[in-house]
Order: sequence, then structure tokens, then C-alpha cells
Amino acid sequence: MPEPFSGTTTHSPITHHILSVLVENKAGVLARVAGLFSRRSFNIFSLAVAPADAHERFSRITIVVDAESAPLEQVVGQLNKLINVVEIRDLGSNEALERELLLATVHVPHQERDHLLESVADAGASVVDISDDAITVTLSGTPTALNAFEAMVAQGYPQCEIQRTGRVALPRLNNSATTA
Amino acid sequence: MNITGAQALIKALEQQGTEVIFGYPGGAILPVYDPIIDSSIRHILVRHEQGAGHMAEGYAQATGRPGVAMVTSGPGATNIVTPISNAYMDSIPLVVITGQVPTAAIGTDAFQECDITGITMGITKHNWLIKDAKDIPDVIAEAFYVATTGRPGPVLVDVPKDVTQSMVDWHDCPSPAELNLPGYHPLLEGDPEAVAAAARMLAEAERPVLYVGGGVLKARAIEALAELVRLSGAPVVTTLMARGALPDSHPQNLGMPGMHGNYTAVTAMQRADLLFSLGARFDDRVTGRLDAFAPNAAIVHVDIDPAEIGKVRAANIGIVGDARHVIEALSTASATLPRTDLSAWWKTLDGWRAQFPMTYEPAAEGAVLKPQAIIERLNALSPKDAIVVAGVGQHQMWAAQHWDYEYPYTWINSGGAGTMGFAIPAAIGAKVGHPGRTVWAIDGDGCFQMTAQELVTARSEGIPIKVAILNNSYLGMVRQWQEMFYEERYSEVYLSQDLPNYVMWAEAMGCVGIRVDRAEDVDAAIERANSINDRPVVIDFRTDATEKVFPMVAAGASNDDIMVHPTQQVGA
Repeated sequence: MPEPFSGTTTHSPITHHILSVLVENKAGVLARVAGLFSRRSFNIFSLAVAPADAHERFSRITIVVDAESAPLEQVVGQLNKLINVVEIRDLGSNEALERELLLATVHVPHQERDHLLESVADAGASVVDISDDAITVTLSGTPTALNAFEAMVAQGYPQCEIQRTGRVALPRLNNSATTA
Repeated sequence: MNITGAQALIKALEQQGTEVIFGYPGGAILPVYDPIIDSSIRHILVRHEQGAGHMAEGYAQATGRPGVAMVTSGPGATNIVTPISNAYMDSIPLVVITGQVPTAAIGTDAFQECDITGITMGITKHNWLIKDAKDIPDVIAEAFYVATTGRPGPVLVDVPKDVTQSMVDWHDCPSPAELNLPGYHPLLEGDPEAVAAAARMLAEAERPVLYVGGGVLKARAIEALAELVRLSGAPVVTTLMARGALPDSHPQNLGMPGMHGNYTAVTAMQRADLLFSLGARFDDRVTGRLDAFAPNAAIVHVDIDPAEIGKVRAANIGIVGDARHVIEALSTASATLPRTDLSAWWKTLDGWRAQFPMTYEPAAEGAVLKPQAIIERLNALSPKDAIVVAGVGQHQMWAAQHWDYEYPYTWINSGGAGTMGFAIPAAIGAKVGHPGRTVWAIDGDGCFQMTAQELVTARSEGIPIKVAILNNSYLGMVRQWQEMFYEERYSEVYLSQDLPNYVMWAEAMGCVGIRVDRAEDVDAAIERANSINDRPVVIDFRTDATEKVFPMVAAGASNDDIMVHPTQQVGA
């Protein structure tokens, strides 16, 4: 497996903070959150949103914030003022369990496929679609693992389209046994 | 009981205690105007929707009760965006009801459609689009609760026409405790440990300043503040939004800080070892250049809005809570503490007060009127509890500087947003809230021309406000900046000495119009205006266009570089 991708592009996690924001699942709530970031000059690095309970009363928005664009307390303080925001958890990278999903369509001639399939298997990714001259693969995992996989694909196969979901996160459990 | 959505809306407004709506009808809000005929609520028909919003703000600022405005969709709604923004900046409880096109037409670019909830998302505490008439009582109760609690502010409720036309089984508005607002929990009480620590800092400081902002007025904390001022013995500055929170005649009141604050108030903050902020937000107009602001001061910041603490200046102690509750707790905690002797600090402050009083050069005999003198005569000849409402610009600053504010809620202006044209409609709203009080709008000629048509509203609704135009034929504050910072290159600031004819305009609107050019006519005109109570009065005072507002801290400059009046400058 290649070295974890650490550097130069938008995927660097170093200055980022994860906010897990529980909101009322009401019309316009995403616009309220996104609009707040924009008008206060806070930068969103990634954002994922989906219902958080079976009754769809609440949604959870996982926002990766560029912590250099504004003091985190200011971001949290302003977010908290939104009436539809119920709870904000600031997850430091050590306390967060993070996952992300990636889809990549790689254009690769039939005869060169084996090498790609090997790499896909090594990374724990799987093939979800296939045609004569392209393969679509998926990988879910930690952002770090996805960074590495993305770098490998992008470097080895310039003819590719990659889409990531942005990360979702929850706090680690006490006495957590997870390693990722 | 089956009623229409429109009836439900009016009924809900009645249940929330609405006594007056400032509004303007139109297509999408039409159904709601029918039940108004049968309602106990007074409706005041404005001449422009912006007027409705500012009237509701003036009413709210004068009474402490939420102001309610109602307009139609599209341009009706966009015309009230400026007042909403103004209310957001100055934390004014404002409930705006807008009509909307029928739900099925939303998103189709229908006639008079606009996305007003989208437009006002960033300038309301919250807004709602009602899609089902059965939600009306709940949403209206939520709207009033959100507007009036915590840090007050504007809210907007958008109501599509089919919703107000549909039939609904009425249920009463829920009480605050019954509201379903899982994400809204304003804190009232400050953290006791932080309060105790702040009280100790205040007792131990050698050069403390109580920095009092508009939040103290919003929290109805006047008596609490007076007690803390007494116990602490500390000097007080009252910001533009807090004029009147402590009487100007109080010996500990240094007056207004900021860009046009007086020397002692500004410099006391600069030299303080403790700035004790109560309901203020370290606005750029107060701090001047931030990295040079109060460089040696520790900061205690009391605010009901947690996001204000540390937003501009890091606080040594931040206390989140309602100003009245926190100030009372501070007084309790302070009562038994030994207090540092402040006499050396007071000696310094009194020296500044003696050397740099608020001043201006009186007009020479027969020369054109000085605007500051007009304010002083208005102050002297009007009842002590008169309400003063200003627009934005030089006249606003002179009114803040040269009127003695002895009572709370007697000074109403547009602080954060700086909305020209605020004075006349806001004065009308204040007068509606306090019909027995004298209300003076102190306005500039530029501001007057923005919203003067609301004097038609005032006359036809029987709201006899008084308007003093400090008319220098210029956009005076912009002229002042061009004189001082743009090498006297005056660009687009001259209005006209002849146009409009303010006396004729006032009389065309059913008001009494008076023009004053000479010093000897000032008192008689003011006395005549104060004696007229059956219609509005407009006095066109012709004032000196070269007069500038002093003191002044230039934009972006340090408060240490405050420019005092030329007659007080070293070597003068």
C-alpha cells in the first residue's frame, strides 16, 4: 500500500476540525447552516447530512471546518444560535470515529486491468460496475485510507473520475476498542 | 371552531398581546386584511413598507414590547428587508408577517413571488414559512418567543395565500413552556463562580470602567445597574445604544465612548486596567483600531449571546446571562467585598473632564445656526421625558452628544446598521407606544428625504410627532469625511439649499411647517412646536454646513489618536 497521502491538496486533515451537528429536520435547515458559514467567512471543508433518527425528526450534519478560517468557539457559538440546531459536538481527531465513502471510475484498457484489480483488492475496495474500457470501484473507510487510495488511483490512472462523500463522524466510545 | 387561516393568524397575534400592526396590504396578504376589520388590533396604514418596519422598531425600542409589521409578498417583503437588518444589528424584537404566493406557485416565479425566507435568513433570528394553517398558532407563538427572549431580534413569518384562505380548526397558541423548540434555550443566570470572580476583579481594579451597552436597556436592568454603579464607585461609559441607561447627570457617568465619544469616556477605556462590559459587543465604532484598544485592560464580558464573548476581544472572564440577572448577582457578590480606593483614578478622570468637555464654537451674532445649539435648545425647552429619535449622520451624533439623557428609553437611533431615514418612521412608532409623551425626531435633510412620506401616515392616523431637520444642504457626515480625509474634494454630497421647500412639503402632508434661519427665532419655533398636539410639526433649521462632529477617532485609527475639538487642541 502506498504511503498515506499527507500533503499538498485539499485533503490535508491537519487544520481541520469535525463538528457533529444535530439539527431539526426541517425545510431549509441545510441552507441556514451553509449560509451561516458563508456570511461569517468560515470555510467548510466537507459536509455530509442525513436523517439521524428513525422518525426523521432530526438530521446529523457532519461538518469538517477549516479551523484556520475562524476560531472554533466562534463557529460553534454562531452555529448554536441557529434555532434549528439542537446540539453541537466538537470532535477532535483523536476522539472521532470517522468514515467516508469513495466511488472511482477508472478508464483502463482491458489488458491492463489486472494490476488495477490487484490494487483494489489490496486496499479493501470493491468493484461495483464494469464495462469494456472502465471499472467503477468503491471504498469506504477512514479519510486517511481514502486519501491513500485516491492518490494511488489518481497517480496510476490519470483517466479517472473520483467522487467522495465527505466524512461522517461520531465520538469514539469510552474504552474504545477500535483502532481506526 | 372552524375559521380561516387568516382569522387564525389575527387571533394568534391578538393572543400574543399585539396592540398595533404597522402594515401595507397587497395581493398575497389580502385574506389577512379582512379579519383585521373585526380585530381589536389597531392597524396603521403606512406609505411605504420600510416605514412599517421602522415604526415597529421605534415602538419596540420605546416600549420594550415586540413591534409587529405586516406586508405583502415580493416587493412588499423586500421593502421591509432594511428594517429587518436594522433590527438584527440593534437586537430589536420585531415580528414581520409577509404574504406569500400560494404554496403551489412557490418556485415558479409567480407574480410578486420572492424567496423572502431565503433573503432574510442571515438577518433574522429565525424565520418560518407556514405550509399548513393548523401550524399558525404554534408558529406565531414561537415567533414572538424567539423575538423577545434571549438576545432579542427580528423574526419573519411567511404565509402563503392558500394557507390564509384555507379553513382550520382553531386551537389556542401554546404557552412558552409548551413550545417545541429543542434547539433554543436562552440562559438567564450567569455562572455563579464567574460572577464571584468578576466581582472580585471589579473590587480589586485600580482603573475600572463599566462599559454599558444596549443590552442593559434590553434587559430592563436600569435599577440593577444603578445599584452596581453605586456599590462599585466605578466610572461608567454608556454606548450609543445605551444613552439614558444611567442619567447623564450621574457623577459617575463619563458619557458616550467611541468614534464620536467624548475625550474622557474614550480615554478612560484606553487607560483602564479593567473593562467591565455589560450588554455591549466591542463594536468597531467603540474600539477603534482593535490592536490598540484598551491595551492594558483585563476584560469581563457579560452578554446574553454566548457568541459575543471573545468574538472581538478575548475576555478574561465571560459571563453568559441576562444583564439584569447578572448585574443583580454582581451587586450581591460585591456588597461584602473590600473595595480598592479609586480616588487617584477619579482625579485623573476629573482632570480630563475639566480639560476636554464636550464643546463647540457658538455662532457669532447674526451668523448661520450651529446644529449643536439647536439640540441644546430642543433639550432645554422640551419635557425631560421627551423621546428623541435620530436618523443617521452628523445630526445623530450631535443628538447623542448634546442632549442630556436623564431617563432610559428616551433615545432611539439606528446604531449598528446606520440606516438613513430611520428617524421619522421610528418616531411615529415610539409615539404610538407612548401617545402621552413628546416625541422629537431629530433628522438630517438627507435622511428626511428618504422617509418623509410617513408624515402623511402620522397626520392621517393622528400621531403628532415633531421633526427637527438640521438642514445644512449636505450629506453632512460624508462631507465631513471628504473634508478631512479626501482633501476637501466634495463628491456628490451637496443636496440643495432650495429644494425641496420643506415648509411647503410639510404642509402638503398635513403638518405644520416652520423654517428657522436666525438664532433669535429658535426658541419661539420650538415652543410653538411643543404646543401643537393635533398634528405633526416640521421645523426646517438652516444650519452651518461647515460644522463637524468632534471629538473624532478616524476610521481605523487608535482611540489614543482621538481628535478633540479644534479649540481644545494643544496650542489652540
